[in-house]
Amino acid sequence: MNMKDYIGIGVLALIVAVMPFAVGNDYYLGVLVFTALNCLTCIGLCLLLGYAGQISLGHSAFVAIGAYASALLTTKLGWNPWAAMGAGIVISLVTAVLVGIPTLKLKGHYLAMATLGFASIVHVVLVAAVDITGGPSGVSGIPRLELFGLALDTDTRIFYFCWALVLVALYFAVNLIHSRVGRGLQAIHGSEDAASSLGVNITVDKIRIFALSAVFASVSGSLYSHYVLYIDPGPFDVMHSVLLITMVAVGGIHSIWGAVTGAVLLSLLPEGLSFLSEGLAQFNIQYKTDYDTLIYGAILLSIMLFLPEGLFDGIRRSFSFFSKTNTETERGQ
Amino acid sequence: MTDNPTRSFIVLDRLRKEFGGVVAVNDLSLNFAKGQISALIGPNGAGKTTVFNLITGFLPPTSGSITLNGVNLSGKKPHRIASMGVGRTFQNVQVFPAMTVLENVMVGRHLRSRCGMAVSCLLPQALRPEEKRIREASMVWLEAVGLKDQADRTAGSLPLGSQRMLEIARAMALEPSVLFLDEPASGLNARETAGMGDLIVKIKAMGITIILVEHDMELVMDISDNVAVVNFGSLIAEGTPKDIQANPDVINAYLGA
Ligand SMILES: Nc1ncnc2c1ncn2[C@@H]1O[C@H](COP(=O)(O)OP(=O)(O)OP(=O)(O)O)[C@@H](O)[C@H]1O
Ligand SMILES: [Mg+2]
Repeated sequence: MNMKDYIGIGVLALIVAVMPFAVGNDYYLGVLVFTALNCLTCIGLCLLLGYAGQISLGHSAFVAIGAYASALLTTKLGWNPWAAMGAGIVISLVTAVLVGIPTLKLKGHYLAMATLGFASIVHVVLVAAVDITGGPSGVSGIPRLELFGLALDTDTRIFYFCWALVLVALYFAVNLIHSRVGRGLQAIHGSEDAASSLGVNITVDKIRIFALSAVFASVSGSLYSHYVLYIDPGPFDVMHSVLLITMVAVGGIHSIWGAVTGAVLLSLLPEGLSFLSEGLAQFNIQYKTDYDTLIYGAILLSIMLFLPEGLFDGIRRSFSFFSKTNTETERGQ
Repeated sequence: MTDNPTRSFIVLDRLRKEFGGVVAVNDLSLNFAKGQISALIGPNGAGKTTVFNLITGFLPPTSGSITLNGVNLSGKKPHRIASMGVGRTFQNVQVFPAMTVLENVMVGRHLRSRCGMAVSCLLPQALRPEEKRIREASMVWLEAVGLKDQADRTAGSLPLGSQRMLEIARAMALEPSVLFLDEPASGLNARETAGMGDLIVKIKAMGITIILVEHDMELVMDISDNVAVVNFGSLIAEGTPKDIQANPDVINAYLGA
C-alpha cells in the first residue's frame, strides 16, 4: 500500500523535531514558520490542482479570510483566538461553497480568471473597508495562541505547532488520496464524463475539495495573524495566489510531496537570495531584491521546460534506484 | 421481473435532439429488450452517440422521453443515471490516463462503497475495510478482461485495444444492469475485435442488457440479438441481423443513395 507516504511523514516529523536545535537563530526559525504556513496552504491547493485538476488563483483570499477573522474577532470582539480561527474556517468554507458553485462549472483559463477575480475583490475590500478592516493601516494588537495554558509565545513553540499542523494536513491528504473520494477526484481530473458515468457527482466533489483546500488556507492565515500579531492587506494580494500556485507547480502538481518541496524551496528562496546578494556585494556587484521576481520567473520557466513534472519528480528520478523501489512499493499489493 | 426477452426494458418515446438547426435525433421511438444484445447502427453522423448521451444523461433531450424499467430518466444527471444501474463506454476512449489500470477500475466501485470525505481523511487506507473489497472486486474485472498483469501500469500507457477493455472493466465494476458500448471495436485489430466480441457475449451471459453501437458489421451481425438502424436521427429498420442484412433501405442508407 502507500507505506512510503507514511514513512515520509515520519521522516519529516523527525526533521521537524530536531530543527530548532539545528537552527539556533530565532530569525531563521521564523522563516521556517512562514514555510510551514505556505506548506499548509499548498497541501490543500495540491489536492485541488494536482489531484482534482481544478486551478484556483483565489487562495490568497482564503488565507486573508482566516487572517482577518482571527485578527478582527479577537481584537474588536474579544473572542478567544481558537474560536476566531474556527469562525475563519466556517466563513472560508461558506465562501468557498458560494464562490465554487458558479466558478467550478468553468474550465481551465476561465476558472483561473474567475478565482483571480474573487481574490482581487477580497483584496480590494480589505483595503477599502477601512471601518472594519482598518484599511491599508491594518489591524494590530492581535493576541497570541495558547495551547493547554501554554502561550505560543516563542518561535520554537510556534514552529512546532505550525509544523505539527502540516504533518496532520499531510496525513489527511495521504489518506484522502488513497480513498474512494480521492480516486473520484483524480477521475474528475482524468475525464469528467467518464467520472460521472461511474457515479461520481463531479459538481459536488469539486466544491467539496475546493472547500477543504480553502479551510487549509484559512487555518494558515489565522496562524499567520497570531504569529506576526499585526496584519495589513499587503501580503494577501493576488500575487500571493500566484506564488502559491508557483510553489505547487515547481514542486510538482501530481504529488503532495511535490507541493511540500515547492513550498519549502520557494519560502526559503528569498533567504538564499539575500545570502547571494551579500556574496555578490563583496565583488562589488549590486543585487536588488527587485530581481527576486526575475529569479522566480526564471525558475518557474526552467522547471516547466526541463522538469514539467516538477522538482520532486525530477529529484526522485535522478535517484533511479530509489525511484525503482519507490514505484514498486507504491504500486505493490 | 420476468425473463421475457421481448419485454421492453428501455423505452425511447419520440425522442428528439436538436443542435441549433441540426436535428441529430428525430422523434425516435425505440425499445431495447432486457437481457439481449441490441445493436444500434447507422452511417456516420446518424445520431447514435447522441442517443447514448441522451439516455445516460450527458445531454438533455429537446423533447420526448426515456424510461428504464418504467422509470423516467429525462432530466437526471449522469451520476444519478449511473446509480440506477446504467454503465457506458465512450467512442473516444476515456480512461483516467494518470491513474493505474487497477485504480481506474476501482473508480468503478464508487457507488458500491461508502466512505465519505471525513472518514477518508481521518483513517489510513489500511484501516478502511472497504478498500480491500474495492480492490478485490476490481481485480475480478481486470482478470475478466485479461488486464490483470497490467494492473499497476498507468492507464494512459496502455495500447488502444487494452484501453477499450479497461473501459468495459471499469463500467462493469459498477455492476450495471445495462451496458452501453459506443464502438468498442473501433481501432482494434482482427484478433482484438474477436476478443471484444467474446467479452460482450460473456457479459450478456451474466444477464446484463447490452446496447451496442458499432461499425464493424461482422461483429454486429455475429453477436446481436436485435439490430436497429438509424439514419439522420430516424429509425429506418429494425429486426434480427438476418432481416437487416437483407433490407434494401439499410443497404441504400449505407451506400449513400
Ligand atoms: N454536442 C454537439 N453539438 C452540436 N452538434 C452535435 C453535437 N453532438 C453531435 N452533433 C451532431 O449531431 C449529429 C449526430 O452526431 P452523432 O455523434 O450522434 O453521430 P453518430 O451516429 O454517433 O456518428 P459516428 O458513427 O460518426 O460516431 C451530427 O451531425 C453531429 O455533428
Ligand atoms: Mg458516434
